[in-house]
Amino acid sequence: MPLLEAAGIQKIFGKLTALDGAALTVGENEFHGLIGPNGSGKSTLMKCIAGAEVPTQGKVSFINTDITAFTPTERARAGMSLKFQITSVLPTLTLYDNILLALQAQSSLFDLVFSRTRGALHDQVMTMLTQFRLADRAFDAAAALSHGQQQWLEIAMALAGKPKLLLLDEPTGGMSLEERRVTGELLQPIKKHCSLVIVEHDLDFIRDICDRLTVLDQGKVLASGTVSEIQANKSVQEIYLRRA
Amino acid sequence: MPKSMSVVREAIAGDEADDAMVERVAAGQAKEQVKAGRKVLPIVEGVVLVAALLAPLVLQDYLTVFATRVIILALFALSFDLVWGYAGIMSFGQALFFGSAGYGVALLARDLDITNIFLVLPAGTLIGLTFALLLGGFLLLGRHPSSVIFVSLGTLTGSYAADRLARGWYYLGGQNGIPSIAPMSLGGYEFTEGPAFYYLVLGILVVVYLLCRFLVRSQFGLALAGLRENEQRIAFFGYKAQHLKAIIFAIGGAIAGLAGSLYAFHEGFVWPNMVGVVVSTQVVLYVLFGGSGTLIGAVIGTVIVEGVSFWLSDNYRDIWPIILGLLLLLVILFRPLGLISFVLGERERVGSFGARPKGTEKETEKEKRNAAP
Ligand SMILES: Nc1ncnc2c1ncn2[C@@H]1O[C@H](COP(=O)(O)OP(=O)(O)OP(=O)(O)O)[C@@H](O)[C@H]1O
Ligand SMILES: [Mg+2]
Repeated sequence: MPLLEAAGIQKIFGKLTALDGAALTVGENEFHGLIGPNGSGKSTLMKCIAGAEVPTQGKVSFINTDITAFTPTERARAGMSLKFQITSVLPTLTLYDNILLALQAQSSLFDLVFSRTRGALHDQVMTMLTQFRLADRAFDAAAALSHGQQQWLEIAMALAGKPKLLLLDEPTGGMSLEERRVTGELLQPIKKHCSLVIVEHDLDFIRDICDRLTVLDQGKVLASGTVSEIQANKSVQEIYLRRA
Repeated sequence: MPKSMSVVREAIAGDEADDAMVERVAAGQAKEQVKAGRKVLPIVEGVVLVAALLAPLVLQDYLTVFATRVIILALFALSFDLVWGYAGIMSFGQALFFGSAGYGVALLARDLDITNIFLVLPAGTLIGLTFALLLGGFLLLGRHPSSVIFVSLGTLTGSYAADRLARGWYYLGGQNGIPSIAPMSLGGYEFTEGPAFYYLVLGILVVVYLLCRFLVRSQFGLALAGLRENEQRIAFFGYKAQHLKAIIFAIGGAIAGLAGSLYAFHEGFVWPNMVGVVVSTQVVLYVLFGGSGTLIGAVIGTVIVEGVSFWLSDNYRDIWPIILGLLLLLVILFRPLGLISFVLGERERVGSFGARPKGTEKETEKEKRNAAP
């Protein structure tokens, strides 16, 4: 059984059909790239998987459970984590508190009220901040970070809950080449315990880190397969040529 | 109060406060960081406490009575501040919990002769808690997050309906409410207006304040901050956002209930306004004026709004509500974070929640170094 299986996903916004029977299958410890032209429905598909949008039709299974009707909270607790395309760190909180907020999400109410986990989580917070090269800014407000750093902070927050599946929507948007490279490096080690679905326009980046690719076009899956299969695919080349 | 209502409407309509907040953080970062070094809040809290302790010694008797009323209202304001200022829940019917507890203890005193402080105050608290659990359960505990409009209109309607109900219900005294409630008692002692009542109420305010302070600075407080800033986002971390809201709403209801029962005994009567929209709006103004999202702001706001109204109504008998309305409007326009923001930096207002175990020294040092421009 694959880790994630989304099938026949349809999403209609008013008159616009954003997704028209899209599908996505991700295995364990697999890095899966989701690519396609602007407006092809990549973000919408990610949201349908994470529960931010309710698909008009279709089914999503995760770790052998039908989660189509799950709320975002339930999906998160089942081991799914999403970084939205629009960064949404909590701007007025410090970096430290942003990470702690994500880490303590599944602590019990009692533990939260009596702050029983904050001592134990301190080292984890600092480790994550160090790992994402943000430790020296731990007590700055998140709003003060550059766009690229906010993306890192958000990836760190998304990883805090030790998800089984991480969904990243354009994590390198607004990053310099060097920052992109570092992002790739930061993502590599999570492969041991986590699968990844990543939406990216930077095809070199995608090629470097992904095992498999799915190409969306106008809400439909144009092709899905290993990186080399996709690269050899005629119709994929066509839509990317058409764009260029 | 047409003026005041428009103020509230503005607060609902725009996320001005939020936007301003974000801007301030981004733009005035350097300045804020300098402020982060010193701690203003404990000083403000200390000053307010000392002033409150000394007040009855310098005030004339009738002003001590007035001050007692203000302290009770400040307790009420704390309840709203927790719910709105900290958790971001638009509760525009907070008087429902305040007033229903007032009516509850008035009935206990009238029909059952129960006035013992150790019975009536817990009873009032419980009434506020119960009503808040019921209303909060209905408004907040859906499977999906409820819209801001739904919650604000729902709470407002609850308060309005309670007002109408109280007016129409003979058992509750109709329009006139319940007059001449017997004083609250402890053994043979009766709490009547004056310094004793004042210090009792102040003591209760301090205890509740400290409990709230503990709560909002805990990890639970961090979760509340997340809730306030981006409810949807924290749901994706696995928070049960609706539960958190219902819990803080219930706690707010309990505190409002405690305040309402004290108010009923202090005034000696309850009347329909006490559960209604007017009082619900009043508490919004206290908190807006003083500074939502800080506990001391709620207290200061109550003292100033009530104090200014008191003074204005004495000196400008006819037009004082208009002056008050304009004043409030000015503060909200130019100080969306309330009067407290004159002395309190953004960083300290939001606060830090992380533990600083072992390496405490080192980290504060580092923080200080970062703070230096
Ligand atoms: N909430 C919404 N309401 C109406 N239309 C929407 C909504 N969200 C997305 N759409 C539309 O659905 C289509 C797919 O959008 P989506 O954001 O999923 O594309 P995308 O592949 O992520 O594009 P991009 O590469 O620009 O991020 C677009 O035409 C978009 O305008
Ligand atoms: Mg997108």
